[in-house]
Amino acid sequence: MIANYGYQDGTGEYYIAIDTAHCAECPVDHACVKACPQQMFEIVEDDYGDSMSWIKEEHRCLLIDDCASCKKVSDHTGLPCVVACTAGAIEHSW
Amino acid sequence: MSMLENDKDYWRWQESCWIDERRDWRTARIVSAGIDIGSVSSQAVVCVDGELYGYHSMRTGGSSPDSARKVIDALLARSGMAIENLHYLVGTGYGRINIPFAHKTLTEIACHARGANYMAGPSVRTLLDMGGQDCKVIRCDERGKVERFLMNDKCAAGTGRGMEVIADLLKIPVVELGERSFAIDAEPPAVSSICVVFARSEALGLIKAGYTKNKVIAAYCQAMAERVVSLIKRIGVEQEFFITGGIAKNSGVVKRIERLLGVESIHTKYDSQIAGALGAALFGHTLMQKQTKES
Repeated sequence: MIANYGYQDGTGEYYIAIDTAHCAECPVDHACVKACPQQMFEIVEDDYGDSMSWIKEEHRCLLIDDCASCKKVSDHTGLPCVVACTAGAIEHSW
Repeated sequence: MSMLENDKDYWRWQESCWIDERRDWRTARIVSAGIDIGSVSSQAVVCVDGELYGYHSMRTGGSSPDSARKVIDALLARSGMAIENLHYLVGTGYGRINIPFAHKTLTEIACHARGANYMAGPSVRTLLDMGGQDCKVIRCDERGKVERFLMNDKCAAGTGRGMEVIADLLKIPVVELGERSFAIDAEPPAVSSICVVFARSEALGLIKAGYTKNKVIAAYCQAMAERVVSLIKRIGVEQEFFITGGIAKNSGVVKRIERLLGVESIHTKYDSQIAGALGAALFGHTLMQKQTKES
């Protein structure tokens, strides 16, 4: 499952997509949880019983602000969560 | 003068209750229920042996536990059941964590997909749920299992509550907005604002600029359609396409979405607002089956 957490508003679309199929078989023990300086990730059991990482509810409508410290104006590469996820399950839309 | 001319409740939509009199819950092996506590409306659904038996839909009150109790009690009273007759109850929706008598809670994403699969059949692949204060786009497989989803609950524009605000502003019953949006000489451009508060101001400006009420409604329906279509396109449309939630009853928005996507949505005999609660009840049936096998 591709789970998109985030929102769209007048300024743009801000989504973090998590591929839960890759996430469920995480080879690095959900390193995204520790990698995120804002502690936005959390391990939960999804509706079908698989363990997966998701974005905590309190961050979902604040991504543009909460991710700002990791996003330099000119360079969005090397995001801690994306780098930590060696399975390539995490993508940012902006 | 319309009956509502002097009332303030132009936003009010019809609460509903339905029981399948052909089925008898007393002879069923498994009676399961689902309760969907949304931000604007709440629904309770009872299934007998995995088939829809009845539902009740009403406005959500100030307290999720009270709303849950009220909606399930109304349905049980109509069917002659007591809550003890329910073998398994699943809670879902915005207020799901506050349903004290639920055996399990599941997200509305999974429940809507499962409910849509029952309502519109296994060919449904793309589901749009236009709720009271959020909008969800879900892609699912032939069993109603979620493959990808996207949700937007940042603001009320593009949701049922946004439509209620426009109904109140224009003093037109919310159930008439869809049809009236087509009683225009030419399709106006969409209102530009993405925020319901600013859209309200913009609608007032259009009235002052000489727009008829119907034309303002058309501009608002178009804006809502454009907004959700951009969400749908992010996920991608695969047919069949199905719309649930209160806005699915608004032809002005539905037809404009279909026009923008170039895809027609499936129409069913079921109330579009029960998808989440129905999915929850169907999950309840499966979970009870599993529990019975294990014991």
